[in-house]
This record gives sequence, structure tokens and C-alpha cells, in this order.
Amino acid sequence: MKRFWFSLLAPPLGLGIAIAAYFAVEPLSLLGVSPPPAEQLMIELAKLDEQGIGLKVRATSADPVRIAQVQVDGAYWQFRQKPEGPLSRGESAWLRLPYPWVQGETHHVRVIGSTGATFDYTIEVAEKTPAFSLRQITGYGLLGLYVGVLPVALGMLFHPAIRRAGRRGLEFALALTLGLLAFLLLDTIQEGMELGRRAAPLFQGPLLVWLAGALTFLALFTLTRRRSGPERGLTLAWYIAFGIGLHNLGEGLAIGGSLAVGEAALGAFLVIGFTIHNLTEGVGIAAPLLEERLRWTHYVGLVALAGLPASVGTWLGAYAFAPHWSALCLGIGAGAILQVMVEVGAFLKRRVARDPGSRLVPGTALAGFAAGVVVMYATGFLTHV
Amino acid sequence: MIERFRLNRRAVLGLGIGGALMPWFGARGSEYPDKAGSDHAGAHASDGMMMTAGEVDHERNGFDPHALLTDWDRGEVSRLPDGRTLREYEVVAVDKEIEIAPGLFFPAWTYRGRIPGPTLRATEGDRIRIRFVNAGSHAHTMHFHGIHSARMDGVPGAGQVSPGETFVYEFDAEPFGCHLYHCHSVPLKRHIHKGLYGAFIVDPDPARHPDRADVARSRLLGTPENDRWQEFVMVMNGFDTNFDEENEVYAVNSIAHAYQTKPIRIERRLPVRIYLVNVTEFDPVNSFHLHANFFDYYDHGTTLTPTLTTVDTVMLCQAQRGILEFSYADHEPGQYMFHAHQTEFVELGWMGFFEAV
Repeated sequence: MKRFWFSLLAPPLGLGIAIAAYFAVEPLSLLGVSPPPAEQLMIELAKLDEQGIGLKVRATSADPVRIAQVQVDGAYWQFRQKPEGPLSRGESAWLRLPYPWVQGETHHVRVIGSTGATFDYTIEVAEKTPAFSLRQITGYGLLGLYVGVLPVALGMLFHPAIRRAGRRGLEFALALTLGLLAFLLLDTIQEGMELGRRAAPLFQGPLLVWLAGALTFLALFTLTRRRSGPERGLTLAWYIAFGIGLHNLGEGLAIGGSLAVGEAALGAFLVIGFTIHNLTEGVGIAAPLLEERLRWTHYVGLVALAGLPASVGTWLGAYAFAPHWSALCLGIGAGAILQVMVEVGAFLKRRVARDPGSRLVPGTALAGFAAGVVVMYATGFLTHV
Repeated sequence: MIERFRLNRRAVLGLGIGGALMPWFGARGSEYPDKAGSDHAGAHASDGMMMTAGEVDHERNGFDPHALLTDWDRGEVSRLPDGRTLREYEVVAVDKEIEIAPGLFFPAWTYRGRIPGPTLRATEGDRIRIRFVNAGSHAHTMHFHGIHSARMDGVPGAGQVSPGETFVYEFDAEPFGCHLYHCHSVPLKRHIHKGLYGAFIVDPDPARHPDRADVARSRLLGTPENDRWQEFVMVMNGFDTNFDEENEVYAVNSIAHAYQTKPIRIERRLPVRIYLVNVTEFDPVNSFHLHANFFDYYDHGTTLTPTLTTVDTVMLCQAQRGILEFSYADHEPGQYMFHAHQTEFVELGWMGFFEAV
């Protein structure tokens, strides 16, 4: 037992001694390297209201950051920091400037540290940041409904039509779902990367997306594969709805976040674009149900699971936007989507294998997959301005 | 996804979503700073918010921008065998961190620990002897804008001083005027913008200008005629704190907004004379604009009659300098602004007030 405790405690103790020795000897000074204190700061978020501009800043350097001055559009401006004092690594603070920003125009913010290092941030299109009010919450909720719930609900209404198309129709629909999911997977990872790169370096944003994705995939795979054989029918539909829901959460986060940071002049055009774009998601959820009758309670549940996260995401994004948390969410979403792809793929494979005369990859499946990807890409035209 | 929202609102057909958008009301909440500087900034200072936040510790800097305005170094005065005046100065170059704006520290190279360096003042025809000690980390020189021999030019190869060494520059104070000195070691830009410059003022000798002896006497420091003038030296400079070859801070006499937070007190009944020098690096020109008044301008200060009369703005390239003369005798008391008329420089620190009493 003694040995056990010794072997458990010896390594951290040795590490402590090594660190102490490092600071005593300072090998870097032996090398002639004596770096000056380097200040690194991230400006994560800007909030605009009637009283001016609020900036959320986070220190990311090993040395603490002392904020000396703030410029807006090349002019020094009075500001108040909360909490006051130097910011140590990872610590964040709010800077508030009574700056008369101009609606719809661009503003450039520059924070200057005590060493004279400068950190820039651009408010692309100045818009008042939504305040936390019932009216605002309703507005964001509605936005989420249009982006998430409505398209899924409408897409699932294709159910009876595809059902009549028979065996080939089912294969086609499943393959289309697979294509749709592949598109969403890439889209989610891409968004995650984008947000991850905007997060403070110490969070290692892009890596966070990959790791969260991989772990989510493994966890879901382990949990759902306790029973033998791939999922089918209603269970598979729930899985797909879950994966799509996580993607829509990410989409909501991005929309809400962009609105919150004053970057989005999101027009009606864009919202309708998302509604059309996400219509295919409903078809995807309906695909494994083609051999059963769809009960309306299931219909409502599936729509809610896949679509409502968009509303939740918009709220979260609008009121609690932080690039590293959003990147983490998107990583989890990507992992979940990949797991759903595996399930759908397995189900499709089994369906195809049941068909004696078919090839390994039948034409209908290939066409369905391609259709899924192409439809998503094409409707994506409506969501990119 | 984020990228797709980074768009110009003009590109979007629809209306903005997110409720009513409020115009700027100028209201203040507790999260925001109080209206700073409004008590002394007067009606001109917008709303007192366009300014650096906080205060500079002048004591730690070792120099006060207000004291610097009238701090003339006349040297150690003695008489040469031929009857001429000898002025001996000692200038030590040191590396020093200077707080150029509240909380913002610049790793400067300085003459005598201050930026601008000491204002060396002499009279036309005096013999000048400057013992220059380099206690800094790089080789430096003192290159005077004046008349001297090639050996005394203060450039690499003639009067450049390695760290730890000393050199004595010697020449006659010629011509009279408002001049400057600066380091001429290479790389030149870096040596200048790090802070190695100062004003060199040569007062006219009234005996040499009999037709304008009264004007010359008013310029000659120490005469009764000169005493009634309120003289200030102002060196227009800038600091590139992140070394991207653009200045983050502009000022006269280094400290951003120093004369805005604490205006320069002038007596209305007495005329004002400003020795203005531009050393701003990176920008082609700097300028001086006076509010609610006009001035006479003596380019380089080398004449006793103005080279420009009744102007309220002058433009100076780097190393250009001149003398401004004006009076607020007929004005009501109050705060009168002065600043560069490059508004970019104003907003980055180069602006101040005269408090006319």
C-alpha cells in the first residue's frame, strides 16, 4: 500500500521540483532569450445600446494584460473596465464606452495594452444588440420556428407521397437522407472551425470541434449499439431527428450570435432561405418511416426534437454568445450527425441486401445520395448572401 | 455560417429583425464612465468623452509636460578670451520607459530621460559646447539643425557615439531662429520615433539687427521686453507603440491630451509666443490650428518680420518649425482650443486648450 501511494505521489512531486528548478535556473536566459512581457487579448463580443459600446475582452497571453486605452474609429475614448485591474490568462472583462455609434455603419475598435500592443475588432454593421425582453425572446423564438420547426414539419408531410413510391422510393429517400446528413456534417464542421478560430487561442477552438465530435460519436455509438443490429423504423427516425436537432441548434447559435454581435443584417430573404434549405431535413426524418403509419404524436415529437433546438440556439446565441462554447456545441452536433449517418447507412445497406438482384450500390441509392447533397447545396444559395 | 452573416446591410433586401432599433440618445448608465473633463473642457470638448481615459504619472516619467513648456536650458555660461559667450551643456542619452498616455508605456530612447529632450537655448553668435554622453543601448548622435562643420554634423562617421562613450559637439549658435536637434544614427526612422529629438532655440542678438532691435530684444530671453511675452515650446510628435510604422499616439510634448486635461494658463493682457517644432515620424505633415484667433508666423524663426501674417493654421513637414505670435487681449476669458488640423491626430491625442484669464 505504501508503494502504491509513493508511486502515485512521486511523479507530481518530481514535476513540482522540476518547475521550481526551471524558474531558479531559467534555461531560456542561458540561451540568451529574454522575451519582454507579451500582451495578448481577444475581443470576443461587442454589445451596442443607447449608451454606447460594450466590449467583452479576454486575456490570452501568459503574462497578465493591463488595458491602457481604447480607440474607436481612430479616436481615444473614455471607457470603464469591469472588473478593474490587470487580466490574467483566460480572464475576461467588459469595457464600456459611451460612443455614439452610427446605425448600419461599420466601426473599428482598437484596445491598447500597457506595452503598446494593439488588438483590433470590427463591428461590421452596427445594430442595437437585443435586450432581454419578452418581445425579443418572442422574436428570436419565431425566427427559430421558421428556421427549424416549420421546414421539418413541412418536409415530413412528403411522407405519404414517398410511401407510394414503393421499395425503390424508400431506398431513394434513405439515400437522400444520407446525402443530406453528409452535407450537414460538413456544414457543421465548417461552422465549428469558423467559430473555433474566433475563440481565444487557449481554448484551441478548431481542435475542440474535432475532439468534441469524435467523443460524441463514440459515446452515442457505444450507447445505441448495445442491442445487436442496426436501428430501423421509428427509432431510426428519432435518431435522425436528434442529429438534425443538434445541427439546427448550431444553426440557431450562429444566427442568434451574429445578430447579437451586430454582424447580421438578417433579412426576411435569408430567413425564408433557411426555411427552404431545411425542408429536406423533414424528408430525411420521414424516410425510415415509409413502411409504417405515422402517428400524429410521433409527428409532433419528431418535429419538436429536430426543429425546436433552432429556437433554443437562437436564444443562446443572442444572449450568451461565446465562440468557444458555440464551437463546442457544433463539435457535439457533428459527432451526433456522423453517428446518425452510420445508422441510416446500416439500415439502407440491410434494405439493399434484402433485394436479391441488386448491386452493391444500386443506382437509386446513388441518385438519392447525390440528390440530397445537390438539393442542400442548391438551396444553400438562398442562405448565403 | 458566421461568414455568411458578415454582410453589408445594403446587400440585404429584407428588413432588419430584432425589434425596434434605437437611435443614439447619449444617456449614461452606471456601467459607463462619468462625463470626464467636462468641468474644464468647455463647450468645445464635444461631450468630454473623446479622450484618453485616466491620468499619466508625470512623477514616474520624471518630467511634467506643463513644466516642459517653459523649461529653457541656457547651459553653463562663461566668457571666452575673445569676449564671446560660451555655453556648455551636458546631454546624456538613456533608454527609458515613458508613459505617453495613461497606462500606456513606450520603450523610449531619450535625451536626458525626457521627450522631447532639453530645450537648448542660446543667443546668436554664442559658442556652443555640448558634451554628449551615450548611456543608452545603441549608438546615437546629436545632429543639430544649424550651421557647423562637417566634423560636428552628428551623423554616422562624424560624431556618432557608441554606448558608454562621449563626444563633444562644438559650433557657433547660427542662425537665430527656432531649430531642433535629433539623433541621426541608422536606422533613422527608429532612432527618431523612439524619442531622440529636442528643440534648439537661438535668440537674435539685438546688436546685429539695429533696424529691428526692438523685435530682436523681445525675442532675447531675459530682457525686459522679452519678459512680457508668454513663451512656450511645443514639439509635435507621435508614438508607434506596436511598431507597425503608424502612430498610435499623437501629441505636443509627448503626453496625449496633456493640455486638454489641464489647459495651459495664459494671461490675456500679455502676448503669446510659441516655438513650434514638428518631428512627427511616418506622417508627411503635421499642423497647428488655433481657435477663435489668428497669429503671425515666422517660418524657421529666422526672420524678424513674419513670413505669414494673420493665419490660424500652419502646416509643417518633419523637421520644419517656426514661431507663432498671437494675443487674446481682446477676447473674453475662457478656454481656447489648439490642435493639429489633421483630425486623425486630434482624436489620437494632439489637442489642448489655452485657459485665457
